[in-house]
Amino acid sequence: MGEFGIGQPVRRKEDTRLLRGRGQFTDDINLDGQAWAAFVRSPHANALFSSIDATAALSMPGVVAVITGEDLAAAGVGLLLNDAAYKNRDGAPMHKPPREVLPRRQARFVGECLAIVVAETAAMARDAAEAVEVDYEPLPAVANGARALEPDAPRVWPEFGTNAVVHWEYGDAAKVETLLAGAHKRVAVDLVNNRLAPSPMEPRAASAEYDAATGSLTVYTPSQGGRRLQGNLARLLSLPVDKTRIVSRDTGGGFGVRSKMFPETVAVAFAAKTLGRPVKWRGDRFETFVSDYHGRDQVNHAEMGFDADGRIIAMKLDTMVNVGAYLSENGLRLPMEGGGRIIPCVYHVPEFYFSVKPTFTNTVCTDTYRGAGRPEANYITERLMDKAAEALGLPRDEIRRRNFIREDQMPYKTHLGFTIDSGDFDGTMKMAMDGADWNGFPARRAESLKRGKHRGIGLSVFIEGAGSRPVEGMRIRFEENGDISVIAGTYSHGQGHETVYSQLVHEFLGVDFERVKLINGDTANSPKMSNGTFGSRSSMVGGMGIKQASEVILVKARKIAAHLLQAEAERVTFAEGVFKANASSITIEEVAKAARDPRRLPEGMTPGLDEEVTFENDVENFPNGAHVVELEIDPETGIIELLNYVAVDDCGVVLNPFIVHGQVYGGVVQGVGQTLTEDVVYDASGQLLTASYMDYGMPRAAHMSHIEAHFNVVPCKTNGLGVKGAGEAGACGAPPAIVSAAINALWDYGVRHIDMPLTPEKVWRAIEDAKSQKAA
Amino acid sequence: MHNFNYHRASDVAGAAALLKDVDDGKLLAGGMTLLPTLKNRLAAPSDLIDLAGVSDLKGISIEGDEVVIRAMTPHAVVAASHEVATAIPALAALAGGIGDPAVRHRGTIGGSVANADPAADYPAAIVGLNATVVTNQRSIAADDFFLGLFETALRPGEIITSVRFKNPSRAHYLKFRHPASGYAVVGIMVAQYASGVRVAVTGAGPSVFRVSAMEAALDKSFTPKSIADIAVSADQLMGDIHCSAEYRAHIVKVYARRAVEALTA
Repeated sequence: MGEFGIGQPVRRKEDTRLLRGRGQFTDDINLDGQAWAAFVRSPHANALFSSIDATAALSMPGVVAVITGEDLAAAGVGLLLNDAAYKNRDGAPMHKPPREVLPRRQARFVGECLAIVVAETAAMARDAAEAVEVDYEPLPAVANGARALEPDAPRVWPEFGTNAVVHWEYGDAAKVETLLAGAHKRVAVDLVNNRLAPSPMEPRAASAEYDAATGSLTVYTPSQGGRRLQGNLARLLSLPVDKTRIVSRDTGGGFGVRSKMFPETVAVAFAAKTLGRPVKWRGDRFETFVSDYHGRDQVNHAEMGFDADGRIIAMKLDTMVNVGAYLSENGLRLPMEGGGRIIPCVYHVPEFYFSVKPTFTNTVCTDTYRGAGRPEANYITERLMDKAAEALGLPRDEIRRRNFIREDQMPYKTHLGFTIDSGDFDGTMKMAMDGADWNGFPARRAESLKRGKHRGIGLSVFIEGAGSRPVEGMRIRFEENGDISVIAGTYSHGQGHETVYSQLVHEFLGVDFERVKLINGDTANSPKMSNGTFGSRSSMVGGMGIKQASEVILVKARKIAAHLLQAEAERVTFAEGVFKANASSITIEEVAKAARDPRRLPEGMTPGLDEEVTFENDVENFPNGAHVVELEIDPETGIIELLNYVAVDDCGVVLNPFIVHGQVYGGVVQGVGQTLTEDVVYDASGQLLTASYMDYGMPRAAHMSHIEAHFNVVPCKTNGLGVKGAGEAGACGAPPAIVSAAINALWDYGVRHIDMPLTPEKVWRAIEDAKSQKAA
Repeated sequence: MHNFNYHRASDVAGAAALLKDVDDGKLLAGGMTLLPTLKNRLAAPSDLIDLAGVSDLKGISIEGDEVVIRAMTPHAVVAASHEVATAIPALAALAGGIGDPAVRHRGTIGGSVANADPAADYPAAIVGLNATVVTNQRSIAADDFFLGLFETALRPGEIITSVRFKNPSRAHYLKFRHPASGYAVVGIMVAQYASGVRVAVTGAGPSVFRVSAMEAALDKSFTPKSIADIAVSADQLMGDIHCSAEYRAHIVKVYARRAVEALTA
């Protein structure tokens, strides 16, 4: 519908506010009479303590209170949530440690909060936090997930006798082993899905205020939608849910990590309630590094067997995932029940055995980070495909083509319980290869070699499961000033919902795009049935909510319009926001106004045109794509330079290509970060070595090449908009494509794999090692 | 950040007097290292004496065969200076590659040199371009100035007023940036003088150092080939999670040759 309808590259409404510095982030909010909080954090990765002595701190100027785990326990504050219940094959339950908000006897990772100090100013709170004395008794620690599984490794939870949380299995190990042993070709890979710091631009923060008169608590914090935090916090503090309000006005990046309930938030809320005055905490970047949950951290061993035609007959996968010192809300689930269950991705694998060993370590927890299991899954299958191409003597595209799940196999039920409705993997791959001039590569390689550079081209074909927990409320309200408010439980923290939702309302109800306003980020007014924004779900659950609410509104509005125009309802037409019958017409805004007055309505009709619906679906959707990367390697230094990046994405019907391109670019850059520069490193004693951007390698503009983004639109068959999620594709596609390209560049040396991140030194060493092996 | 007293000096003598009077004073010369250190509560000086208001510490001049840069001149001014670009283009390029635009507009040559960060760029220029560091007390030759990790020949109370660079017949600076911080993992200045070639390396070791074997080889024959096989030992070099000492030694060799290639192409 014109320049503001579905599919139009409408510029982002919210940018006029955000780019002019008019956003309102948590730190922009100051409450009358607020005190400031700082945290006492453990400097040890593993240490017992018997007392926290705040005497000196409490005597310092401006100090209001020091609150420890003992105070929380005395007040009956509950444990942080984890509702996973996995079992070993023998029926034994998983190991599940209790997680106190502030532990009372033992610190289990560097940066763990042990006490909250409240003072009149932020500086006073920090000074006092440094004066709190904890009688640590340091213990041996383990930070590396693979090391944690060794018999002599220090135990994070000695009572379990092991650092393994559970051994979860899918499939028939013996049968798969027999198939692999008898295969025409058997290939194997050992991979590291490196640990990442999500690094939202806005550090974590929380401000809380308790009104004793009404018994209501309000917490301002960055989030990805407040409803789940609200229920969680109410439970922890024994408050009624409807007396617990979470407000996120603007949030500077979510990436999964901002959807979680962290100890700091609970402690700040408890302090505000107990002290009877507002308390504010603004984390700094160091605190964000040590206490924000990290992403990825898997070690994988995977094998595939192929028949003589190059078709997969079986696959096995052993995954170790480092969950950190506790069980966070979702970290444990990511490989098997979270996004990672998309494995074996775009390929038809008749027999699959999958073993997952989540592992405790003395590190902060891992949890969802852009892709949340899917980048790991696709990296594994794509590295196997490259191996298979070599083993079978087939081109990299051909081995994939022979094994894609075909459209005639859809709906295709995956091993771990997804049903893929649609996708044109071969067509998408062809678009990406054509877009990158795959066939012209040899000439470009020769030209690079003349300059002493090794040029490589790489390919990845990937798939995601998007739109998890597909239930979400949505409300549309006609305001007296003529605005149309969309009141959502999804929460826009960078995605541009204000723009896309406006396009949808404009499309369905014909109202002015500019008059549509988004209200989100406040549990005081968001729909009760709401999950928030994560896992690329808002296009489907939010978009479909708007579609369904609009449909209900139009049915009623048509009846009212007919009544007002004195025509039969069937003879009333509706187009571009106007109802017409014969020569008369009335706009939907006029109908909405009339709908407030019972005297202007058909007899017996309930007044009002506002509507709330709860969209529900029983399936996710499956965005997929193919990315081709071209790069050059300087063999003397190992420096990789990206030269060209072609991303072809099938995210179904594209609601706004401008915004989806932005999602692709952002995801690709984060994927480039994982592949080339980013790595969270703890030393053997559990100290975090990458606790600032001086040591943690964020990708920069100079690491990037031009990204050419195209769409292969294959509408989703299981939602009425035909949309598939778009937020995480880039992070899935980039790592396997870039590693494939780097290996392709170094092929003649005999280099066949380098673990991420592909830093210059690692690449240089791979070349030197390969050279010396050849010489030997 | 801990509390401190702030003073804005109006001349060098005043700054020196203040520094003597206060308990634990620190000079603020841009603050690109000092301010983050304070913000992270890793230092707690009693007093900061800001040199930003000392007007005779700013400016660039050509004096004979020397480029004289006064201590409080920001990197961006050096990078954009026509005089510097004409006399020693490698020096202008080096200044233009320090940090990011914000750092280049706040950071100063005196602050950088006095701080003696092992990964800073300017030390390679001071030593490579045979500079003299002039203070309110004396002149210090480049080879005597840097003593070790964050350690210089400056005495307590001594304030750098200018740096005098000797104009070479040709010079080139090449930097390998740290993957995370962007600081020099290896920054190498190759400069040719009538008196001989100087090769100075910053970033790789605890302090800037000269590579005498390369200097001798280039004195005999100023060609890439003459130093292509001269290796520096990794023993005295630094390593971190991104770049080991061995790798840094390798990059010194490669970048020295490439610097000479750039000068002889």
